[in-house]
Amino acid sequence: MNNAVKRKLIQIAAFGFTNSHIGNFAGGKLYTGKWKQFCNPGLNCYSCPAATLACPIGAMQAVAGSMQYNFSFYVVGFLLAVGVLLGRFVCGWLCPFGLVQELLYKIPSRKYRLRKLFTYMKYGILVVFVFVLPIAATNYMGMGKPAFCQYICPSGTLFGGIPMTAAHPELRTATGFLFGLKISILILTILACVFIFRFFCKTLCPLGAIYGLLNKISIYHLEVDRQSCIKCGQCAHTCKMDVDPTTAPNSAECIRCGACAASCPKQAIRLGFTSLGPVQK
Amino acid sequence: MTTMQPLKYKKRTLLQCTVLLISALMIAHGVSRGELETVWNKAVNICLECIGLG
Repeated sequence: MNNAVKRKLIQIAAFGFTNSHIGNFAGGKLYTGKWKQFCNPGLNCYSCPAATLACPIGAMQAVAGSMQYNFSFYVVGFLLAVGVLLGRFVCGWLCPFGLVQELLYKIPSRKYRLRKLFTYMKYGILVVFVFVLPIAATNYMGMGKPAFCQYICPSGTLFGGIPMTAAHPELRTATGFLFGLKISILILTILACVFIFRFFCKTLCPLGAIYGLLNKISIYHLEVDRQSCIKCGQCAHTCKMDVDPTTAPNSAECIRCGACAASCPKQAIRLGFTSLGPVQK
Repeated sequence: MTTMQPLKYKKRTLLQCTVLLISALMIAHGVSRGELETVWNKAVNICLECIGLG
């Protein structure tokens, strides 16, 4: 089985596990079992009727915006642990919304590359919408709102907002400007994902920003054997995340999909938990 | 063969172990002060903000 097929199967399995309560769509109910206290490594709205686990970005904002706490040690610790173990492997292999974006990119159309400048947007969104606003913009009771979920998250609109408003007439009556804004962001994201590979991951995802920073030190990593590499540029040409593995093997943009390793004519690129080791003199 | 200088390799391993230890302590502290319940309470109720109504 080649790497691309293996990855797609694992993505589908991860999507299925994290959204296993399909029956809840009919009544617009949520799964309320104990699994919901644990975070999903990938972005998956916990207001999706099928969701098994909690969204880590939503959970982080929920704890930080609650009356009791200003910071979530549990969620940040979880993300640090997952990030240092796997880095953006989570994005490439386990994230449900990542799979959705890749399927959208399969729609035949002209494809474009994104300017690197836009990839820095996600760090601003992480700081402002995930860390600052839920803590700083509080009501008289000291409770903040999950600003990223409220104003941006297209995954929440797709998997939570649309199914819930479809199933509950009383929720439909409450829709207004905010819902319109989120639907607009969702439509723009969907359109952008058709033309640009993983547009949301590259520009908007705060979870991708966290894992991207941890990609630099993650145990699961990418290495290039400099002696075997013939600098043909095939790996950089293949990479849909616009990374050149030979110059930036641990780039914050690399989602560890393995397409570069599969394309290398000299098998000079490898991904794994163990290292090739330090330089032999 | 290879890609990493010995010092960089050792520093990287040390950094990985340190971050893992810190993350384990953070998770333990968060769980001990009841954050799991806060997450569960948020996740089992319809989050109006998440679906664009809040």
